[in-house]
Amino acid sequence: MAAVDVQRVNGTSHVGDWPDRYYHVDQVLDRPGPRTDPSFMAGDGVKDFLRNQCKILVIGAGGLGCEILADLALSGFKDIHVIDMDTIDISNLNRQFLFRPKDVGKPKATVAAEYVMKRVPGTKVTPYYGKIQDKDDDYYMQFNLVICGLDSVEARRWINATLVNLVDPENPESLKPLIDGGTEGFKGQARVILPTVTSCYECSLDMLNKPTAFPICTIANTPRLPEHCIEWASVLEWPRVQGDKKMDTDDPEHIQWLYNIASARAKEFKIEGVTWQLTQGVVKNIIPAIASTNAIIAASCCNEAFKIATSSAAYLNNYFMLIGTDGVYSYTFEHEKRSDCPVCGGESLEVSVPRSWTVERLIEMLVEKQDIQIKKPSLSTATAQIYFQAPKQLEEVTRPNLEKLVSDLVPDGGDITVTASSLPFSLSLRITYV
Amino acid sequence: MIKIWSMKKNEEAAAKKKPKTSAAQIRVQKDLTELDLPPTMTTHFPVPTDLLNFTLTITPDEGMYQGGAFVFSFAINTNYPHDPPKVKCTQKIYHPNVDLEGNVCLNILREDWKPVLNLNSVMVGLQYLFLEPNADDPLNKEAAEELRKNREQFLYNVKQSMRGGHIKGMPFDKVTV
Ligand SMILES: [Zn+2]
Repeated sequence: MAAVDVQRVNGTSHVGDWPDRYYHVDQVLDRPGPRTDPSFMAGDGVKDFLRNQCKILVIGAGGLGCEILADLALSGFKDIHVIDMDTIDISNLNRQFLFRPKDVGKPKATVAAEYVMKRVPGTKVTPYYGKIQDKDDDYYMQFNLVICGLDSVEARRWINATLVNLVDPENPESLKPLIDGGTEGFKGQARVILPTVTSCYECSLDMLNKPTAFPICTIANTPRLPEHCIEWASVLEWPRVQGDKKMDTDDPEHIQWLYNIASARAKEFKIEGVTWQLTQGVVKNIIPAIASTNAIIAASCCNEAFKIATSSAAYLNNYFMLIGTDGVYSYTFEHEKRSDCPVCGGESLEVSVPRSWTVERLIEMLVEKQDIQIKKPSLSTATAQIYFQAPKQLEEVTRPNLEKLVSDLVPDGGDITVTASSLPFSLSLRITYV
Repeated sequence: MIKIWSMKKNEEAAAKKKPKTSAAQIRVQKDLTELDLPPTMTTHFPVPTDLLNFTLTITPDEGMYQGGAFVFSFAINTNYPHDPPKVKCTQKIYHPNVDLEGNVCLNILREDWKPVLNLNSVMVGLQYLFLEPNADDPLNKEAAEELRKNREQFLYNVKQSMRGGHIKGMPFDKVTV
């Protein structure tokens, strides 16, 4: 590997950047086009930002992540960070092209980072092998953009909520565009989320394709598919036979056990097709990953990252859908923000409270407040209940708090989550004491 | 970088920084504090600060299961409401839609779950199983068979099982109040 000069490049060639390296990309950065944003500053300024200042985080170094990392590096992003908690499995090698057989067992983030740095000189990729939840607000604050190539709903919900919460009305830098890519077989989507401005991941939770769940009575009585036998083994037989022992879908012995039980069941009902691989696929809810879908979605995500980072063209507003199951169909639309979204919707209030106020007094004030119109509010902090109107038991347990001082339960600048049947979702109060 | 902040300033509701409460937690608070249950259903929280694990007791005041108290455990994970709550009957009962392990056949707990549903819908659905046991979606096939073929015998078996008796040699938990 040639020595790489990481001194400030200005879009023009220097050591490590051979002549005309960015010739093609510069076609869109050197002059405005019909769809460029008015704030676009053609030329050295934007190239300097892209190549020397912009710091981008990629979450996930799997099927989508490998594509995203390659696309970003090749389009000129030079300070890339990547997080992934997984290690490389032999079954990844057909599509996760930054990995080789010798890498099996090593962390995806580390291997992907090294590969990209070797292959695209001048690019710095900083890996983190671990969970996104390990990192705090200060960590996420350092990036200009975040791209997600994840296969987990839970991880996406976490990063989405974290970036929405990060937005500080006093600090423009705190708003981090989130570009989220996802694929499922021949289907995929790419979307641009501007936390608190556009619809967020949580806003569209009900649009998700849920994993196919079979009716439990079918599984129990009238299995017809190999999947029914596998679900029988995992949903009904595992808890019955193994008791409280937790099933670990990454443990080959557990998969083997399920496979044996499912095979016996399949034999009994004369069903064919239960294999070890299918067993693993069903219990881990694996949908076959298609390399070309990943490539298309990753390209779309990186295209958006490039446009947002450079203002060189209008970015996606805000949801792109690809359906490759019957021919190729794609559709772009604006997913609307939901006012009752628990993450980005709902109202938020700054409330100044005298230190002498009890919880009961605070509730009275909330009920009297004309502009929010709440009846029977229930209050909690992130870690404890303050007062619940129902169910009866919780009302009784929290009732003594009514007489306590708010200031004994909530720190200055702390938050209270309020729910009430009259509120579409929730209200958050930021408490300051006077 | 594109100037997003200016767009934000124009937004009518410039949202304030929100608390670190998880979406699942807020949703469970909302679901629980707005439960609208008839007197035949009560919740119990073994650890009142833990909203994610509790029980529901159903005491039907009509139908074949009248006179019993049926206890279900609810376990909610942090991915709620994307994932449905995990519900199990804690007693061994004789019911066509509940197996001897406590698994419950209720469509909204599995294949028909949607995030727009809430804990109230699940609880009402569970109570309905006691008012209208359904022989078409059996988990306990023998009970379903009996219900279909011989309603009288089924009713007798239900009463027998609720007292803690045996049905075809199988002991059941006493659930009468
Ligand atoms: Zn939202």
